[in-house]
Parts: sequence; structure tokens; C-alpha cells
Amino acid sequence: MSTTAARAALRPAGRTDGSPQAGPTGNHRRHRARWAAVAFVVPAWLYVAGFYLYPLAGSIRMGFQNYTVSSFYTGVAPYVGWANYTAVLHDSHFGRTVLNTALFTAGSLVFQFAIGLALAVFFNRRFPLGGPLRSLLLVPWLLPLVVSGTAWRWILDTDSGVLNHVLLQLHLASHPIPWLASTHDSLIAVTLVNIWVGIPFNMVILYGGLQAIPGELYEAAALDGANAWHRFRHITLPLLRPVTAVVLTLGLIYTIKVFDVIMILTQGGPAGSSQTLTTFAYNLSFQQLLFGRGAAVGNLLILVAVVFAAVYLRSTREQRQAGR
Amino acid sequence: MPSRRSRPSHPIARPGTAAVLAAAGALLLAACGTGSGGSGGDAGSLTEMDYYDAAPQNTQLPAILDECATQVGVKIKHQQVPRDQFLPKLLQQASARSLPDLALIDNPDLQQLAATGGLVSLSKAGLTTSGLYPSIVAAGQYQGQTYGIAPGVNGLALYYNKDAFTQAGLQPPATWQELKTDAKKLTQSPRYGLAFSAVGNEEGTFQFEPFFWTAGADLKQLDSPQAVQALSLWKDLVGSGAASKSVVTWTQADVNDQFLAGNAAMMVNGPWQLPTLNAKKDLHFGVVPIPVPAASAKPVTPLGGEVWTVGHSNAAREANAVKVVKCLLGHDESATWAKDAGYIPSNQQAAAQLATSDPQMAAFVQEVATARARTTELGTAYPKVSQALADAIQSALAGGKDPKAALSQAQSAAKN
Repeated sequence: MSTTAARAALRPAGRTDGSPQAGPTGNHRRHRARWAAVAFVVPAWLYVAGFYLYPLAGSIRMGFQNYTVSSFYTGVAPYVGWANYTAVLHDSHFGRTVLNTALFTAGSLVFQFAIGLALAVFFNRRFPLGGPLRSLLLVPWLLPLVVSGTAWRWILDTDSGVLNHVLLQLHLASHPIPWLASTHDSLIAVTLVNIWVGIPFNMVILYGGLQAIPGELYEAAALDGANAWHRFRHITLPLLRPVTAVVLTLGLIYTIKVFDVIMILTQGGPAGSSQTLTTFAYNLSFQQLLFGRGAAVGNLLILVAVVFAAVYLRSTREQRQAGR
Repeated sequence: MPSRRSRPSHPIARPGTAAVLAAAGALLLAACGTGSGGSGGDAGSLTEMDYYDAAPQNTQLPAILDECATQVGVKIKHQQVPRDQFLPKLLQQASARSLPDLALIDNPDLQQLAATGGLVSLSKAGLTTSGLYPSIVAAGQYQGQTYGIAPGVNGLALYYNKDAFTQAGLQPPATWQELKTDAKKLTQSPRYGLAFSAVGNEEGTFQFEPFFWTAGADLKQLDSPQAVQALSLWKDLVGSGAASKSVVTWTQADVNDQFLAGNAAMMVNGPWQLPTLNAKKDLHFGVVPIPVPAASAKPVTPLGGEVWTVGHSNAAREANAVKVVKCLLGHDESATWAKDAGYIPSNQQAAAQLATSDPQMAAFVQEVATARARTTELGTAYPKVSQALADAIQSALAGGKDPKAALSQAQSAAKN
């Protein structure tokens, strides 16, 4: 991010340098332009250093320290090497938490994308009231998560929740399902809600991508006798690939760090059955006050996100080069 | 901007860059200085922080504080922070060495904060605790010194719906066996016999402790036969359908809502719910001590509630803050506070008076004599063990795990 900002800042200065209409002699001008470039870059670096690098370094350091409540006051936190990481890896919750995170992320991504794409394709056709309908679908995105999360908590309630009521009435369930109150169902419940939260984002970006596909392609294909599925398979999907890559990678990074949905619905419970790495880190730091271990989990999470971000940047770079 | 671009001799605006740099610097400074509070400042204006964000406490506590501030001759700046942000905020202030002069903190957190060295020892400052319940004094102590003191405390008891009991021809239960049979008899869809909170954090542990301790279990040994007995009781209640499966997601406020709505004939809850319950005129309820395993036993409940602490600053401020705490502990102030907020005064005499004048409070007052501070057994190790116990409760109630297996796992997690 920082390098792009820097490059963007450099570009106008470089142009001034080469442009014919500007002031006095070459050397002086070049010198001045270099200073200007530095002056443009410095704020970006200050910002990144102050708000990204400094806290990140703090978090990494804290992962190697025995950081307690008193460390906050005294500033004394002895270094313990990898002890926090080994403790976390041997925590009875760790295996389950990693598996939960993987299932939650994969489940959310697949369904958010599939439903988002279906809706985008649907709204790509013009029909009466299509516009208002489309904007209504954005509501989950606009609502504060505390509000929609609380509403979902009521909907999913075992005894008085509307979802169980409907399922029982339609004879789809023989007894009320303890969505949030059973170790078997809680992960499914939080994933369902997170899918609902993520659909609008997927739909909006994919809709934008669809708009960019020229209509003539479809007309030509139709003339050649391609049916709707063929057109979707051979025009829509390939031409949507760059957008798909963006949506899935961003979706992955967003989903892996989801916190509020789970916190509001189940607090990671019952018995850690809907715990992901984020709620686990929160629990370690702020319920059990084991800040070093909390930081260790946070760092693992950052590592995972960085790996996927690198994969994403690599793939977009290759695409851009292939495009040229 | 356009006017500047028209001047060819200054292709790049230096004043502008300077401004940007200055702004960035200011941002950084602001980022470093967010924690700054009042340490070392004027002794006449003190800072105060608490997490009472609901009525009636959130209006009534500032009123009493202001009254005490006037008596001492200082000004108090109030700050109310939501419960879940309270400790993080306090820690952030601790790292900036600007703890509030007065903070009302949850008593199990006291040991951790006292261990920082950031709190003023109230015993050294000459605060006497005579006439207060020894258990309450113990809840505010760390390494033999008193760092926090509660004007009032709370505990847990069994609320029961009088109408439901009369209808079923039952008496409020006194033993576990009676609790089980009564709860079963009172269960009639959509009403459950009993409601309690088994949420997966300290709140759930707090609700379980009356059963855990009364059975004779100890937090140092989570998988003792007594502990298994207590957890089996809860599992039986949920398993038989006498309590909802949702107890693992209910906070104490949710439990109270269920009782208010008539969805539960009994509930385990604290005296702070009394103002809300009394506001519902058609609800007839009574309060009895927590049932015990055998009729001869005495209930051992955890002490709930908050303690006043004084943060280090300078001698003059600390002295003023201690004076305010003394005033808050005064007979009238603590009585008013206890009455409106639904607390039991720490002062044994005042509590005895309350028990006779207010029958709703009698059960709570009766229990305080044998109540236990949560940190007595473990000190600063409490939060970790509390989490392990909450997990065990949840895996037994919601995961179908055997209570003994769940508690053995908790014991090894607590040791990790």
C-alpha cells in the first residue's frame, strides 16, 4: 500500500521535471523536484509508520513477552521466547479454533460468492423495480452489525425464535433446533449470518464487473446458437475472472478477521464451538488477561492474512503483465 | 490551489508541504497522547470511572458522588464506560500512568489491578474497615493490604413466581432434590421451571459458583466429586427439560427477561434486578436463598459487586480521593446507594436493618454472612480458572459431555 502511495506521489513531480514550460535551469530544478518528491512521500511514510508499523511491531514484541496486567503500569514484561506460541498451540481449544476458522471462512466465501453472483446476474437484466430492489439488498451492508446481529440472535433463539417457529410449522424440523445453544449447530448458525452479511458486498462488486462486459459478446454468442448456460460459462465467468479474484481475496481477508458477528451471536460459545482465531485472541487477552498469548494468536492471524495478500498481489501482477 | 499553480516560480508549494508535515506530526502526537488523563494535575478536580450504563445506577451514582465531592470540596469528572470496554480502558490508562483518581471496578478484577502497583493502599491511607463484613473486606485485599472497598455488595438467590407456585400447590425449594422436582412440575410449555445463566464467561461461572461451593468444591480442584455433583445438577435440569437449552447463551439480564415474561417459574439472579422486577406490577415473586444439597448445609454464594479504588497521582489528589471514598462509605450514602441500586450495605448493622425493613432483601442479606470472595482461593490466577470452569459448564450442557470428563478437561486447561 505504501509503495503505491509513494509512486503516486512521485509521478507529478517527475512530470514537472520533464515538462518544457517550467522555470529556470535543469540542475536547480531537478534538485528542487527531488525535495518535493521527498516532501510528498514523507507524510505517507509517517502515517504508515505511526499507525501500521509501530502497532504491528508492538504486537509482535508482545507475542514474545509475558505481558500481564501489571506490565501495563510498570512497563516490565520479561521476554519468554516462544513460550506464548507453544502455550497457544497446546491449548485444548487451539485445534478446534483453527478448524472453526477454516470452516467458517470457506463456508462464508463459497456461499457469499455463489449467491452474490446469482443476484448480480439476476439484476444485470432490466426489469420493473429492479433498481429499488437492488438497493434494498444493500441494507445488510448499511445496518450496524450490532443491530443486525442482535436481530439474528432473536431469530435464531431456540424457544421463541422465528426461524424455529417456521421450521416447525412447515414440518421441516421435529423439535426446536438449538442454533446458538448447541456445540453442533453454533458454527453453522454464525456462518449463516455471516453469509447474509457478506452477500451485498459480493453482489455489488460482481454487478460492477458484469456491467463492464460488452453486450455485443452475448449478442454474437446468441447468434452463434449458444444457450444461456454456455454464455454464462464461456463469456461471463472468464471475463469476470479479475473481479472474482478481487472479491474472493478481499472476502477471505475480511472473513478471516470477522469478530463482531460471532461475539454478538455466541461469544464463541457454547464451549468454544464457534470460536475463531479472532474471538480466541480476544478471549485470551481480555477475559483471561493473558496478553502475550492473545498477541501470539493475533500474530498468527496476521501471518495468514499476509500470505493470502501476497498470493493476491502476485496473481494481480501476473494478470496485469499478461494483459499488456 | 489554482492561484498557486499560476505562479511559475513556485512549481511546488512549500508552505503546503510544511502544513501537511505539521498535520502528520500532530496526528502522531495525538496518537501518543490519547491516554492522558489527570495524573499529577490539580488536586481540586478528580476523575472518576465506572461501568454503570443502565438506569437507575447511572443517574444515581453520579448524584451521590457529587454530594460527596461537595462535602470534600472538590469537583469530580464522571466517565461511564460500557462493561466490556472498562478493563481495556483502565489498562490503557495504566500504561499512560493516568489511572482515574476514583474507579469502581468489579471485585474479581481487583487483584490484577492491585498487582500493577498503580493503586493506592487504602489501609495505609488510614481507611478503617471495622463493622464491615470480613468477606467483603477480603474481596478488596491484595497481599494483606486493602486496595478496594465496596460500599455495598450483591449475591445470588432464587427468585420464584408466587402465582405459579400457588397454582401448582408447591413451596419454594430449599434442597437440590426439591429444586429438581419443583422445576420439573412447573415446566409447562412455553414456561420452563428454572432459568439461570450459563454463558461462556465469568458471568456463567458466577452463577454456577453458588452450587459449586455449596456442594463443597474448591476452585483449586475443578474435577472433585463435589464439583461433578454440582455440574450434574445443572445438566439434569437442562437434560430433563426443566431448564431451557438456551441457558448457555443467556446473560443474567436475559434470564431476568425470561422470568419477567413468565417464561420461567424460578430464576437464579441478583438483587440488582429488583427495581425492574418491582416495576412490573402484575408479577408476584418471592426470593429465597439458593437451595443446598442437604437440608443442613449453608449456601456459599460468590460475592458480587464493585469496589472503589484510588489510583496513584500525587499526594494531594490521593488524599482528596480517599476522603471521597470515606464519604461514599458513610452510613447515609451507602444506605441510599444500596437501596436504589439493589445492593446489600457492607456495614453489618446497616445490612441487618435492611433485612428487617425489606423482606425482598432478607435472603440476600442472610447469604452474605457465608459468602465468599471469588479471588480468595486463587488470587490473580482467578480469570483463567473461571474461563476453564465456564467452558466445562458449556460443554456439559450444550455439548453432551459427561460432567466428570468436562471438569477433568477444565482442570488440565486451568493448569496449562
